Amino acid sequence: MVRKERAEKAARGVFALMAAAMVVPLVSIVAYLVWLAWPSLGWEFVVDVPRRGMTDGGIWPAFVGTLYLVALSLAVSAPIGVLAAVYLNEYARDDWFNRLVNLAVINLAGVPSIVHALFGLGAFVYAARFGYSILSASLTLAIMTLPVIIASTREALASVPMAFREACWNVGATRWQTIRAVVLPNSISGILTGVILQVSRAAGETAPIMFTGAVFYKAVGRGELLPYGLDEQCMALSMHLYTLATQVPNVKESLPYATAVVLLGSVLLVNAAAIALRVWLRGLKKW
Amino acid sequence: MTSDSTAAPAPPRPARPRWAVQGERLLEALIRLCGVSAILFVVSIVFFLFREAAPVLVSESFDLGEFLFSREWYPTSVSNVRYGTLALTVGSVSVTALAMVLAVPFGLGAAVYLSEFCGPRLRETLKIVIELLSAIPSVVWGFIGLTVMSKLIVRFTDAPVGVNVLNGGIILALMSVPIIVSIGEDALRAVPDSFREAGLALGATRWQLVHRVLLPAARNGLLAAVLLGVGRAVGETMAVLMATGHAVQIPHGLLDSVRTLTANIAAELGEAPAGSDHYRVLFLTGLLLFVITFAVNLTADLAIRGIRRK
Repeated sequence: MVRKERAEKAARGVFALMAAAMVVPLVSIVAYLVWLAWPSLGWEFVVDVPRRGMTDGGIWPAFVGTLYLVALSLAVSAPIGVLAAVYLNEYARDDWFNRLVNLAVINLAGVPSIVHALFGLGAFVYAARFGYSILSASLTLAIMTLPVIIASTREALASVPMAFREACWNVGATRWQTIRAVVLPNSISGILTGVILQVSRAAGETAPIMFTGAVFYKAVGRGELLPYGLDEQCMALSMHLYTLATQVPNVKESLPYATAVVLLGSVLLVNAAAIALRVWLRGLKKW
Repeated sequence: MTSDSTAAPAPPRPARPRWAVQGERLLEALIRLCGVSAILFVVSIVFFLFREAAPVLVSESFDLGEFLFSREWYPTSVSNVRYGTLALTVGSVSVTALAMVLAVPFGLGAAVYLSEFCGPRLRETLKIVIELLSAIPSVVWGFIGLTVMSKLIVRFTDAPVGVNVLNGGIILALMSVPIIVSIGEDALRAVPDSFREAGLALGATRWQLVHRVLLPAARNGLLAAVLLGVGRAVGETMAVLMATGHAVQIPHGLLDSVRTLTANIAAELGEAPAGSDHYRVLFLTGLLLFVITFAVNLTADLAIRGIRRK
C-alpha cells in the first residue's frame, strides 16, 4: 500500500516539475532580456528615429509601420473571417462542400509563414501588380490571420445555444434577423477575443512582410503619425529586430534587446487584454 | 353555413418592405461568398506557388529526383548549378526531431499535470501562462536563440559556434510545447469521468489511473497534439533562420550548423532575381513545404475527428 502511495507522490512531483519546466525558462529569459535592454528602454526609444546607421536611436518608423500593417490586415481579415464563420456555422449544410471548406480552413491555418510570404510575393507583389508595398504586406498578413479568425468565430457562434435560434424562428424571424439580433450579440465576446489575439500574431510575424513590403530602412520624421502611403514600403518592428540582430554591425548592445522587449511587451499586453476581456465577458453571461 | 362569411375579412398580413427583403438577400449572398473564400485562398496559394514554380519543373535541365534527393545545393554556381534539397530536408528533420524529443515528454507531462493533478486556480493560471508563451513571436524566439541560447551553448559545450542543431532544437521545443500542452489537456479532459470513477472505485491511485486508463483512452487526441506540434516546428521560419546557423550540410552531431527548408527560402529569396531558375526552385521548395505541412495537419485533424466521434 505504501509503495503505491509513494509512486503516486513521485508521479505528482515529476509532472509538476514538467509543468514548471515550461514556466521557469520563460520567466528567466524574459527577465534576462529586460535586464540587457534596460539602458535603452523608455518613451524616447519608441518615439525617436534610428540614428547613426541604425546603431543608435529609437524605433519609431518600425513601431508605426507595424501599427499600420496590423490595422490594415485586420480591417480586411476580420470582416471576411467573421462572415465566413457565420456562413459555415449558420447557413451551410453538412455536406461534402462544407467538409471541403472545413478542410481548407484547417489547411490554411497550418501553412508555414514563409509559404505565405511566397504566396504574397507571387500574388500581390507580381500578379496583382501592387508591388512591394504596405498593401501587399497587409493583404499577405490578412490571408495569414483569416483561418484562425474563422475558427475562433465558429467556436463563439457554436457556443450560443440552439434554443435561442429556435425561439427566434418560432416567432417568424428570418435567418439573418436571428443572427443579427440574437446570435451575434451573444457571441461577440468570443469573436472579439479571437480577433484581438490575431493582432498580436500579425504584429509578430516577419517572413510574410519581409518579402512583400517591409524594408530595412526608411526615413521618417520623429513621432510622425502618418508617414507611409499605401503604395510605399515601410519598416516594421519584427523586421527591425531581425535586421538589428543579424544585419547591422557595431550596434549598441542594448538596442536589439530593447526592440525585442518592446515587441514582446506589446504582444503580451495585447494578449493579456484579450484574455482579461474574455474572462470578464464570460462572467457577464447569464447562461 | 359553416363559412365565416359574416365575420370581417382579416387585415392583410403586413409584408416586409421590398428593400429589407432584397437587402437581406444581398447580405446572405455576401456571407456565402465569404464562406467560400477560405477554399478560394487555399486553392490560390497552391495555384500561385505552382505558377511560379512550374516553368522550372518542365524544363529539361531539371530533375525532380535530383531536387529531392541530392545533397548538393549550389544555386548560384556559374558553371555547375545544382538544386539538391536533401541536406536542407535533413536539416529540417533533425531540428524538428530534436525539438519533439524535448517537447513531447515535457508537454504531455505538463498536460497530465494540468488535467489530473492540479487544483482549478493553479490550472487557470498555468493555462494563461501557456497562452502567453504561445503568443511570443517567432522572431523573438530566434533572437533568444541567437543571443541567450547561443551563449549558453558555447559556455557549456565545446561548440565553436552557438548556432546549431541543438540551439534550434531547444528553441523549437519551447515553441511547440504550448500547442502540445493545450491540445493534450483537451484530449485528456475529453475522456469521460466514468473512466476515472471506475478506476478509483477499484482502488487505483491517480498515477495508475493516468498510465493505465487515461493515456490509452486519450491516445488519438494526444497523437494529434504531437502532430500539431510537429507541424508548427516544421513550418517555423524565422526562429530557425536565426538559431541554426547557415551551413547547408548534413549534420554529423548536435553541434553542427544546419539550414532548414524554411530558413533556406527566407535566406535566399531576397537575392534570387524574379523569374530566374533559382527563384522558381525556391517556390518549388515552398510547394514541398506546403505538401508536408498539409499532410501532417490533415493527419492530426483526422485523429482529433476520431476522438470527437467517440
